[in-house]
Amino acid sequence: MAEATLNIFRGDSTNGKRVDYKVDVTPGMVVLDALHAIQGHQAPDLAVRWNCKAGKCGSCSAEVNGRPRLTCKTRMDSLPLDRPITVSPMKTFPVIKDLVTDVSWNYAVNKKITPFTPKKDTDWKMYQQDIDRVQEFRKCIECFLCQNVCHVLRDHDVKDKFGGPRFFVRAASLEMHPLDVADRVPMIKEELGIGYCNITKCCTEVCPEEIHITDNAIIPLKERVVDEYYDPILRIVRKITGAKKA
Amino acid sequence: MAELHVLQDQTFGATKRRDAWWAEIIPVIIVLGGFGLYATFRAFEGKFYQCWDLGIPYLSPFYSPLIDAQHHWWHWSPALLILGGPLSFRATCYYYRKAYYRAFFLDPPSCAVNDRGHKSYKGETAFPFILQNLHRYAFYLALIFLAFLWYDAVCAFDWNGHFGIGVGTLIMTVNVILLSLYSFSCHSWRHLIGGKLECFSCSAASSARGSGWRFTSMLNERHMLFAWLSLFSVGLTDFYIRMVSAGVITDIKIF
Repeated sequence: MAEATLNIFRGDSTNGKRVDYKVDVTPGMVVLDALHAIQGHQAPDLAVRWNCKAGKCGSCSAEVNGRPRLTCKTRMDSLPLDRPITVSPMKTFPVIKDLVTDVSWNYAVNKKITPFTPKKDTDWKMYQQDIDRVQEFRKCIECFLCQNVCHVLRDHDVKDKFGGPRFFVRAASLEMHPLDVADRVPMIKEELGIGYCNITKCCTEVCPEEIHITDNAIIPLKERVVDEYYDPILRIVRKITGAKKA
Repeated sequence: MAELHVLQDQTFGATKRRDAWWAEIIPVIIVLGGFGLYATFRAFEGKFYQCWDLGIPYLSPFYSPLIDAQHHWWHWSPALLILGGPLSFRATCYYYRKAYYRAFFLDPPSCAVNDRGHKSYKGETAFPFILQNLHRYAFYLALIFLAFLWYDAVCAFDWNGHFGIGVGTLIMTVNVILLSLYSFSCHSWRHLIGGKLECFSCSAASSARGSGWRFTSMLNERHMLFAWLSLFSVGLTDFYIRMVSAGVITDIKIF
């Protein structure tokens, strides 16, 4: 039976160290299994957040060998065992303990977004062709790996000005909804700060649900912001026709 | 159980990634940088851009449309008058932005690799990168150039009034097809054709635009591929025409 060494961060936001643990690798084992084995036999105080162990709850996000991953979807046999496997908490968020981070900032951002707003006396009939786009965004499991890998948050730490990819996905799911009538474009520009995104696509690369975050959410929202703020011809058309959108 | 001290390394380029993350940006630096140097050289060279003197109907895409070739009022290379158009389309392209922000600005060099982390980061909210928001105007401009390149490609079949095909004809035709695929897989076009609508089923017009959006989305999934292929084809087309025009190689007439 192969043996793996996991090099795990232990500590909190103020103080920490890296500790090596050895585990036997069993068939089908994922990194979360290895963390549970360590928790069960070597370090009962190891803090790990998890729930479903099926890649659907988005709780077990961490950085495995430096890559933002769901630990429950990262198989041990996909990792080289000749060197210790590093497991670290998500860098973008403050560490509560070990691998558990405080992601509450995300919920504060979420509150800025105008919720689904149908028109009065709406006819609730929808056609598939109109909601295909929105359904992709509804796959999001809020693992916040996209938030973690986004360099605007991770390296530049402009959390006061920028909402991050997860909330562009949510905003896009509402903006593109066929029955929604609210205009979120000013909020997307000013409060979520979409202009800070320089579309380097890391969010798309790490998304475990394979949502095309950049191409299908962020860029279409950037284009909507252009419609309203940066396109002089559309501005003239809106003035002439009196339409809110042109 | 060994204990190691943790250093949350904030230095530029630091990462715990084990893979060769830098291998992704090196080809971009080489190819995009190399193309930039070649295109700059050709733009300033001001000669060997057409083969009409040899009775061959080829015009380099770097010089199309050809303006004031006789230097009546413009004393420098005619390419300098027009290259801003195609350049603006590529420079503001959503795919190339990803490529050069990573490869040349290292912002970030790769995913989960520390960038410079400067607090003055403004992204695309301030000059000069706020100009990226004008990509749709660069697209409109690119369509004008595309029309000229299609005209040139059609003219490349006209050998002194007779239908003919040379190797250069094929190269020019493939080039304009790849450029068309690149242009019409553009994210801005995808938005304008129908992406901006919330409802595709609400009217006949929105249904048609919905079909256009779906077709463009299909092309858009390959936008990166078309971006690279068309970059190669433009460079190769110009290089081939330069070689023929300079007499280094002889164009083979196939038909």
